[in-house]
Amino acid sequence: MQSQLPLYPPEASNFAPHVDALMIFITSVCVFFAAGITIAIIYFFFKYHRKQVDAIGVPIHGDPRLEAAWIIIPSILALAMFAWGAVVYVDYRHTPSDTLDIYVIGKQWMWKVQQPNGLKEINELHVPVGRNIRLILASEDVIHDFFVPAFRVKMDVIPGYNRYNTMWFRPTKAGRYHFFCSQYCGTNHALMGGWVTVMEPTEYAAWLSGSGAGGANPVAVGEKLFAEKACITCHLANGTGRAPSLNGLYGAQVLLAGGATVTADEAYIRESILQPNAKIVARYEPLMPPYQGQLTEEQVIALTEYIKSLRSQPVPVKGSGIAPVRGDETAPAPEKR
Amino acid sequence: MSTAPLVPEHELPDTHYLNATYGSGRSIRAWLLTTDHKRIALLYLASVTVFFFIGGIFATMIRIHLLTPGGALVSPETYNKLFTMHGVAMIFFFLIPSIPAILGNFLIPIMIGAKDLAFPKINLLSWYIYLIGGCFVLYSFGTGGLDTGWTFYTPLSSIYSNSAVTPAVIGIFINGFSSILTGLNFIVTIHTMRAPGMTWFRLPLFVWAHYATSLVMILGTPVVAITLLLAGLERMFHLGFFNPSMGGDPILFQHLFWFYSHPAVYIMILPAMGVVSEIIPTFARKPIFGYSFIAASSIAIAVIGFFVWAHHMFVTGESTYAALAFSFLSYLVAIPSAIKVFNWTATLYKGSISWDPPMIYALGFIGLFTIGGLTGLSLACLGLDIHVHDTYFVVAHFHYIMVGGAVMGYVGGLHFWWPKITGRLYPKALSRFAAIVLFIGFNLTFFPQFILGYLGMPRRYHSYPPEFQVLNVLSTAGASILAVGYLLPMLYLFWSMRYGKVAGPNPWPATGLEWKTDSPPPTENFHVTPVVDWEPYDYRNRPDLGLAAGGPLAPAHGDD
Repeated sequence: MQSQLPLYPPEASNFAPHVDALMIFITSVCVFFAAGITIAIIYFFFKYHRKQVDAIGVPIHGDPRLEAAWIIIPSILALAMFAWGAVVYVDYRHTPSDTLDIYVIGKQWMWKVQQPNGLKEINELHVPVGRNIRLILASEDVIHDFFVPAFRVKMDVIPGYNRYNTMWFRPTKAGRYHFFCSQYCGTNHALMGGWVTVMEPTEYAAWLSGSGAGGANPVAVGEKLFAEKACITCHLANGTGRAPSLNGLYGAQVLLAGGATVTADEAYIRESILQPNAKIVARYEPLMPPYQGQLTEEQVIALTEYIKSLRSQPVPVKGSGIAPVRGDETAPAPEKR
Repeated sequence: MSTAPLVPEHELPDTHYLNATYGSGRSIRAWLLTTDHKRIALLYLASVTVFFFIGGIFATMIRIHLLTPGGALVSPETYNKLFTMHGVAMIFFFLIPSIPAILGNFLIPIMIGAKDLAFPKINLLSWYIYLIGGCFVLYSFGTGGLDTGWTFYTPLSSIYSNSAVTPAVIGIFINGFSSILTGLNFIVTIHTMRAPGMTWFRLPLFVWAHYATSLVMILGTPVVAITLLLAGLERMFHLGFFNPSMGGDPILFQHLFWFYSHPAVYIMILPAMGVVSEIIPTFARKPIFGYSFIAASSIAIAVIGFFVWAHHMFVTGESTYAALAFSFLSYLVAIPSAIKVFNWTATLYKGSISWDPPMIYALGFIGLFTIGGLTGLSLACLGLDIHVHDTYFVVAHFHYIMVGGAVMGYVGGLHFWWPKITGRLYPKALSRFAAIVLFIGFNLTFFPQFILGYLGMPRRYHSYPPEFQVLNVLSTAGASILAVGYLLPMLYLFWSMRYGKVAGPNPWPATGLEWKTDSPPPTENFHVTPVVDWEPYDYRNRPDLGLAAGGPLAPAHGDD
């Protein structure tokens, strides 16, 4: 434990040391200027205290050199703060490719967490130490925000058919840490928090498989839903259906009607399920009905995970909608990746 | 103590704006139908003070509630309403109108040598619009309250909240027009009604600051008014502007809201900077250092302030490029504020500094505003904002700016111009004491919140983990001192209206035109239209002030 009155939370993620170093740099510059101003004011205040009631001060109107100095020097320091902050931020936004993906759903006033194997948690999040974790965030109602002070990470959780905000971090220290909702979300906003448990990888694996109450595998649930919701009748695996084959979709570039391409990430898959007409795949008719309001967030996650699992399936020769890697835009069949 | 009165005794003028007979007599009607900018300023003073009290009571309850981790005073629902109504009352009905509508209204025409604002009837209309908007908001407070946060984020405000959101947004929408009309009035007045010789670069910096503020008012306010109206319409008629389940975008609301509400911070702070720019040279008895830099920085803040709004949205998942641009621009807007602080400090150098109460308030302003501004650098920093965003760090930061800055400036301005407004002085020693109590109480209240924020305590929490308790108790203890710091001036200023020593036209003495007329001024402001043939804050060439021509100090070096 830290001292009785710590000045900063535990440093338990890859980001924490960088953020704290940045804070120390900016605070040092600020203390330097604040102290300088304060000392100057106090010194002048006593030194030039009026001695005669009718005395006036020395009429000094300004000095362009001084003005230049106190414009240029602070500007340089501000630029340094901006640049360092930008570097750290780009790291936050640049998710590594080898992440362990965990879904987090916010609703008034609880957090629902779904581990990769389908295990569900409420207001708890278990993660292995040393592994890159990606949280995929969805909200069922208002805007929430997932905040782990010990990790120095925070991301809004925003409702909407086209949004999965994601965030990543790598826990570096085993332990239990608070997480909070930090975007005001109504009556019990302050109670919408819980604990992150960072475990050794072996412990985590044991915990994940050992929890008897583990949920059904989301891929299996998704496969079942894919049949039940009749997705399967149009999205034929071999690409001959009325809708594009989803084999090999996840992570690929999708060619849209109108010529644009989009990366098929979780947010794209989610949007294509809930509001399919938002982005029409090239050479296909907008036939699919919107599923917004028809599916729970958990069902959307299951379908998404199922579609992601098709990444390893062979991409059909035609009708996948996957954009050609390069070259001929009218090519009917994409290259096999 | 520091200065004995230069001229022994004064008497109040026989007729002035307070006792003058207006068209409809000396009745209450003559106040409610007045078009005299000075009387309208006092109407604003009364109504703005009411809202300050309401907001202050909410703040007191918030701080008492947070004494214990589980919440000491009220239910979660009530707590959420308290901080929401505290924010709405303080921001829209106290901070935004305080300095412009009271001191600006009273002083701008006198400072430029005019008889009134350009549109006196519209000025009165502004006050009535403010009252009508205020009534809607009070109705919302009284009938179920408001629990959306003053930011009204959708879809919480437009769909999920069960509180009285609709009357509140209508009230703020209406109140917006008051702000717009005041800004319009100031701009037209400053452009067209300056006295002979009052060139742009002879304008007091208070007027420059209000000119910049007015630009923000007329360009920004319509946006927030329409935005809140849209949220209200979505709530009333189930439209889908911001509702994601109807294809709307909740983030659009945040863009529109902050497009005004970030510049609104400058509506609150620029006038306070104007006040300080008057007080410092007056009580240092020398020209302000870098007049043109201070004037230009006001305009720069107003302009750049419109391009930083999305720094409130760094954790919404906005694009990295947008975040980089807005972070950069946020650093840019810090520079003009820094310029002002450096120039104020430099003005003290080789001054003849008096320890009169307005000076204590102004120096307190510089200290608190500097801390508030510098902590803004942490929030503008992309890598750091992710951690401190929506924590108590932000709460501390904006209270340093808006309370430490804007309110300190407002109270300091009241002390500076009180003799002009009422014709009487207040007890100086007590007033100095109150300023110091305010300064200490403020720091005790809000400095612990920076640490709380960095430790990770989110804002708007009715209960919190026990490890945050010590700092919360410290903050509440500070708030009780702070309350004394606000109540004292209210008491002695009120007392002085009747019993204070008569001030005379120019008690400090100061160089502005407002000090060349009676205290309190006549209805027409000046008996003869003044002609300005001196530079601003020039003490050396003003024999009419009755001061030593060169002073005991050696003549200037570095004088331009």
